[in-house]
Amino acid sequence: MKSSVIIFPGSNCDRDMDVALKKFGFKNTMVWHNDQSIPKSDLIVLPGGFSYGDYLRCGSIASKSKIIHSVIDFANSGGLVLGICNGFQILTETGLLPGILQQNKYLNFICKNVFVKVKDKNNKYFKNIKKEILELHIAHNEGNFFCTEKELKNLEDNNQIAVTYCNSNGLEDDKSNPNGATKNIAGIFNKNKNILGMMPHPERMIDKYLSGEDGSLFFENLLGNL
Amino acid sequence: MTIQVTETVAIEHGLNKDEFSKICELLKRIPNITELAIFSAMWNEHCSYKSSRKHLKKLHTKGKQVIQGPGENAGIVDIGDDDAIVFKIESHNHPSFIEPYQGAATGVGGIMRDVFTMGARPIANLNSIHFGSPQNKKTKNLLRGVVKGIGGYGNCIGVPTIAGQTSFDESYNGNILVNAMTLGLVNKNKIFYSKATGLNKPVIYVGSKTGRDGIHGASMASATFDDKIEEKKPTVQVGDPFTEKLLLEACLELMADNSIIAIQDMGAAGLTSSSVEMASKGNLGIELNLNKVPCREEKMSPYEIMLSESQERMLIILENGKEDHAKKIFDKWNLDFSVIGKTTSSKKIELIFNNTKVTEIPINLLAENAPVYDRKWKKTKLPQKLKFNKDNFKYLNISDCLKKILSNPNISEKKWIWDQYDHTVMGDTIQKPGGDAGVVRVHGTKKAIAASVDSSASYCSSHPLTGGKQIVCESWRNLISVGAKPIAITNCLNFGNPEKEKNMGEFVECVEGIAEASKYLDFPVVSGNVSFYNETKDKGIKPTPTIGGVGLIQNYINMTTMEFKNIGNIVYVIGKTEGHLDQSIFAKDILNEKKGPPPSVNLFNEKNIGETILKLIENKLVVSSHDVSLGGILTAVSKMCIKGNKGIKIHDLKGLTNKYEYFFGEDQARYIVEIPKENIKKVNEILNKNLIHFDDLGIIQEKNVSFNGDINLPIEELSDVHKYWLKGYMDN
Repeated sequence: MKSSVIIFPGSNCDRDMDVALKKFGFKNTMVWHNDQSIPKSDLIVLPGGFSYGDYLRCGSIASKSKIIHSVIDFANSGGLVLGICNGFQILTETGLLPGILQQNKYLNFICKNVFVKVKDKNNKYFKNIKKEILELHIAHNEGNFFCTEKELKNLEDNNQIAVTYCNSNGLEDDKSNPNGATKNIAGIFNKNKNILGMMPHPERMIDKYLSGEDGSLFFENLLGNL
Repeated sequence: MTIQVTETVAIEHGLNKDEFSKICELLKRIPNITELAIFSAMWNEHCSYKSSRKHLKKLHTKGKQVIQGPGENAGIVDIGDDDAIVFKIESHNHPSFIEPYQGAATGVGGIMRDVFTMGARPIANLNSIHFGSPQNKKTKNLLRGVVKGIGGYGNCIGVPTIAGQTSFDESYNGNILVNAMTLGLVNKNKIFYSKATGLNKPVIYVGSKTGRDGIHGASMASATFDDKIEEKKPTVQVGDPFTEKLLLEACLELMADNSIIAIQDMGAAGLTSSSVEMASKGNLGIELNLNKVPCREEKMSPYEIMLSESQERMLIILENGKEDHAKKIFDKWNLDFSVIGKTTSSKKIELIFNNTKVTEIPINLLAENAPVYDRKWKKTKLPQKLKFNKDNFKYLNISDCLKKILSNPNISEKKWIWDQYDHTVMGDTIQKPGGDAGVVRVHGTKKAIAASVDSSASYCSSHPLTGGKQIVCESWRNLISVGAKPIAITNCLNFGNPEKEKNMGEFVECVEGIAEASKYLDFPVVSGNVSFYNETKDKGIKPTPTIGGVGLIQNYINMTTMEFKNIGNIVYVIGKTEGHLDQSIFAKDILNEKKGPPPSVNLFNEKNIGETILKLIENKLVVSSHDVSLGGILTAVSKMCIKGNKGIKIHDLKGLTNKYEYFFGEDQARYIVEIPKENIKKVNEILNKNLIHFDDLGIIQEKNVSFNGDINLPIEELSDVHKYWLKGYMDN
């Protein structure tokens, strides 16, 4: 399976994502933001970081970059697009996913392990994952998902909520919501579920010496479903 | 600018009368204002090390693994297989007090540039930050600003912040300390230095544009503070981590081939010190056309251009004919690139502005001829050991003492801080903040690097010589505790006013202590920085040398952590406990007694015990380890319990004369280890063979810390007091 990771100036999880994808068997290519096109891929990843410094709204400049048209075309034709952290912010800025990511409720950057509940398995990203609750890692300042009530209703009605913050028992309460996200939302799909944006970083949880191994489950499973 | 240079103007630039006459004498004329600015930038304490140089020579700087010692942008050590670690610690104290966010942020940016200037990709950041008393009304905002600044910069670049140290003491009320350390990984055959070689080589300016920020930054950092501190805000630089990230990637891309002859970042004293240092090291001259310098603001004068400390800039001396190739790379990363001059044979710095020569100074006058002072200093006598009236201990409750100590601002958990630092980016952090040392893997290998920052201002203030030795030992122990073989250190020497004999004495004796310990332990100093004049309105800080230690784990699966692992395992205290309470947290916090000497340091024991612990870890005989430091045995054990969510049943200790001395004494050269029962025999054999004293402290149990009916505390209770203080303080 072939994947492409887009590098924007200021991306800083591009290498980590490359390492993770290759570890689980993807043939990955790195694609520069100023390139016109993306090589033939089964998966495109928008990695975490601070694209263009994020000095405007996070992800907004990246959503106007040269390469983004190819990403949008690929997504609209049904291709799998995964946006992690800053990648999720970029996806909402392009309009491929609804809502926005505001500054964290307590106004601080947060770097820690969190638990998320898998809300939908009828998609290529989570189908066949045995666990209901995954331990992943977050590192962000703007991860507080917000959308209009209408958008939320659509997300709920179409099972577009991918993962939500919860405690180790799966309880989705305020205490387990690290950033104030609406309905504890940590990640969402588009309607066709080929696009996934999420704040947690599965690429940081890919061996037992790191923060945990649930990221491995995510990648193994994704590869298996392609 | 046509300001007439007089003695008064020179004094306004931080030079003294004698220094000004020396300049006129050396030049055989009165300098113009730009030249005066260049002298003031090069001759201030921050850049010239004029008060410290004589004593820094005493440091032990050589060793088998040392590739580069002090004198370059950073130190370098060999870790085998062509891999080398580049590292350094640096202070950003003065600017951080004036403007905590930008001061701290640019401190992180500056130290990272020092590391990637040498061709290394930064792989870890650490910091040591010190604030005034929690009751001081400035403390909370300074802490919040500094933590946000450090996070804001490091998180954006994408380098994990893996460990740190935070302390509170009223001596920092008027001068906080922000020391930032960076480690980078480089191929030892592809290291870049700042020494210029060759004539007529193009001098290239890359990175951000030059603005009017940070002018006089280095002079500001070479003076004490008074009431007019707000006026100094414009001397603080403003950081742009995004540009630094681009600069990092662009420099590493250009470094992949052989285009660069020499490279130096523009740090303190900006373009002045970078150009002078490169020429000086290469024994060459340098000619710059200041009209070619990319400027952010209009009508900047030569004076402003040469003194600006705008961040994220580099000076490169390139091979002839490589300009186009280099420019292509910097264009790709959208960074300014300008050929601003060339190397010459004149051995002078010559500056051209609007076709006129505005500066002509022989380089040696700025570098080698800079003043060196042999300042007067006073020895600190070892204070008399206190005789505690142990009858008073009867009124204490040991459980309450423990809880008070665990919640002490200097002991309590600092999660509120490190949660704000990205400590997992780059995917190789295998020990996060909160342990004895942070550990990152050397990407794609079995090796891992451990790093720790330490300082003990109380010990150093009580007896600088002992304090200097003690911190080196503490750094050594922290690395050993995670299973790393200590390799080398970097030091950040934070002191008061060197013109005062007492402060100068503290500096001299701390340096002597550091030198003695690092030599004995073969733990050389490879880089560092000195920060004097940490003084406000005549009140200086406690002497605070900070040691950044670096160690190597050959196979990262052998790394140890401090949390207790399994119920039923045996816990040993390794090393002898005499019960030294003077200068301990117990003495200060519980007995309100601040006098007395620090615990003595026995270097033979440190080395012998440290090496033995490492052997136990490498042979997989112990499953957790932790050094005993502030707060003594009971504090150390409680932290291991809290982190592992396990309890311990402490035995009724034979021959125990005083439980407070035993449990809270801060004797050195001690570790606590957890040993599975089946390994006890082997552990005893090794310890006995090396003539090392140990106490069988107890056995790991499920829930409580218990001792002889005196203590029976559930872990949750200890955990709550230990974890609550900082968050509670910041939220209120």
